[in-house]
Amino acid sequence: MTYRNPPTTPRKSATFDDYTLSEIRRAAATGIYDIRGAGAKRKLPHFDDLLFLGASISRYPLEGYRERCDTSVVLGSRYAKKPIELKIPITIAGMSFGSLSGPAKEALGRGATLSGTSTTTGDGGMTEEERGHSKTLVYQYLPSRYGMNPRDLRRADAIEVVVGQGAKPGGGGMLLGQKISDRVAEMRTLPKGIDQRSASRHPDWTGPDDLEIKILELREITDWEKPIYVKVGGARPYYDTALAVKAGADVVVVDGMQGGTAATQEVFIENVGQPTLACIRPAVQALQDLGMHRKVQLIVSGGIRNGADVAKALALGVDAVSIGTAALVALGDNDPRWEAEYNELGTTAGAYDDWHEGRDPAGITTQDPELMKRVDPIAAGRRLANYLKVMTLEAQTIARACGKNSLHNLEPEDLVALTIEAAAMAGVPLAGTNWIPGKNGF
Amino acid sequence: MPAINLSKAAREPGQASRVFDLAEMSLRELNQALHDLAPGSNETAWEVLHPRGSHSVAVGVDQPVAIDVRGSVGYYCGGMNDGGTITVHGSAGPGVGENMMSGQIVVKGDASQYAGATGRGGLLVIQGNASSRCGISMKGIDIVVHGNIGHMSAFMAQSGNLVVLGDAGDALGDSIYEARLFVRGKVESLGADCIAKEMRPEHLELLQGLLDRAGVTGVKAAEFKRYGSARTLYNFNIDNADAY
Repeated sequence: MTYRNPPTTPRKSATFDDYTLSEIRRAAATGIYDIRGAGAKRKLPHFDDLLFLGASISRYPLEGYRERCDTSVVLGSRYAKKPIELKIPITIAGMSFGSLSGPAKEALGRGATLSGTSTTTGDGGMTEEERGHSKTLVYQYLPSRYGMNPRDLRRADAIEVVVGQGAKPGGGGMLLGQKISDRVAEMRTLPKGIDQRSASRHPDWTGPDDLEIKILELREITDWEKPIYVKVGGARPYYDTALAVKAGADVVVVDGMQGGTAATQEVFIENVGQPTLACIRPAVQALQDLGMHRKVQLIVSGGIRNGADVAKALALGVDAVSIGTAALVALGDNDPRWEAEYNELGTTAGAYDDWHEGRDPAGITTQDPELMKRVDPIAAGRRLANYLKVMTLEAQTIARACGKNSLHNLEPEDLVALTIEAAAMAGVPLAGTNWIPGKNGF
Repeated sequence: MPAINLSKAAREPGQASRVFDLAEMSLRELNQALHDLAPGSNETAWEVLHPRGSHSVAVGVDQPVAIDVRGSVGYYCGGMNDGGTITVHGSAGPGVGENMMSGQIVVKGDASQYAGATGRGGLLVIQGNASSRCGISMKGIDIVVHGNIGHMSAFMAQSGNLVVLGDAGDALGDSIYEARLFVRGKVESLGADCIAKEMRPEHLELLQGLLDRAGVTGVKAAEFKRYGSARTLYNFNIDNADAY
């Protein structure tokens, strides 16, 4: 019997992991970077790293199911003659017709309306499905200006000037030719079937002083009726919030890097911008420094999944949150029932993100007439409403446990952090200590 | 400069103008009064005095009225105009006629950056020069500039016609889609995917019609060159990456 030295277990590199190796091979084979939908997939400090303290001897709770816990929020009270009143502080983020199918947009409108909240257009103009089924509709004013017109501006309930989004602060978009159907092409004034580039920068203004003049124009066109939001990607939240307030925004929307996109380079999504958790306190601080906290409302989006996330964001000082990816999942995105078809596309339910290719088995991110039939707008809208209801009940449950009769009474003092990173970003103590990294010189 | 007489087109002979003096009244009052006009109103002639560089003069007009602005304006004059005939008896700041839907805007003097940006319809006439990014992202508007235009004009221009009697600056028509560009003078340089194109009879006819509508006389369509998209960047190809 010959002696063999004991072998070592095969060891893969943490740096060159399987995903990285596959991406190098893919790039070498195709010569083009990877474009995909959704937001940052890497692990980031997030709301999971925060915990509520709940009630104790010094804080007494409210009775669940009995004592009222207000969830309503008013957006746009600074200048708009007609501010928006929402029943819940969870709104539906902007997603374009073109990127999403008509039935999917209708379902978002139906679900939002059932829940007493707003939905938002996207980089493709306003559709009748969406306007007709959305009680409260926010109309995005984007660099591309696809479909922009004064009639839709006036029949919107609010206007959102989009400067950037969390998945790609500083980036534009690309809708591949296969999604440019006749209807999408007409709305975007482009030939059918060509790749459609969305500009990264507005064509007729640059910088905060111009923005102020642009907002004045939009207010004048709409007779100062509509709340005007300014949406920024999570790049420089303190300064962007302050400059948006200076430019005259009624509402500031800050979208962290977990916020989704229809189609952006993977390298951009994963490497540009800051996590949602890191954006909140600087944005709130800017409002507080200007004496505008709660006067100019703050909406935060990017990775909001449940009522705990909602409650934590509100406790850190935001007025409302916005959901996109989670809303699509409620409609049926990435549902395991389509697993066989996901497999055919070389992916699996839960990982499908080639939304720009228009072959979505769930029928949501497509313009294929057969695939889009898979979304029943009434049933999907109902699911979204159910999901929003659950999130709201969850947030109320936590707020009552913290003794709050309104979600907006939650405060940073209700929170602790599980990690030093989250403690520093959220500005709350590390659990079990009174240490807030970065405060008092430590 | 060739003569032009558009502003009187929508006005009944002898009818008195409704005068708005911005030295005494606010911009808000002016725009609100314009928006309050009912369809078919006989208040079709308006005059704005002392604009003194105000921004957003006569924005969101949606009735076929004639508005004479007696002086120079700031940003976005006539923004999103839908049917109005606006004449600026002076120069215009950035974004004049931005996102115009229909109607016409005439600037007697010069225009700053982004004139006619994202415009969808109607006619914008600049009797002087226009600065950079004239017709950026235009989506169906017709723009006629009697003088020169600056750099990066017609960037990502999707549809419509840009006519320049003078010269064009650097990177004309960069990343252009289906808009047509007609330049009579020198073009400093063409942007990515923009090329000189053959002037066929239908283009000469189209251009002559635009010159006529803009009240340009003494200039022949045959004196212009046509530029448009080479359409090589319409579908992404890695081998074109150097063009971006």
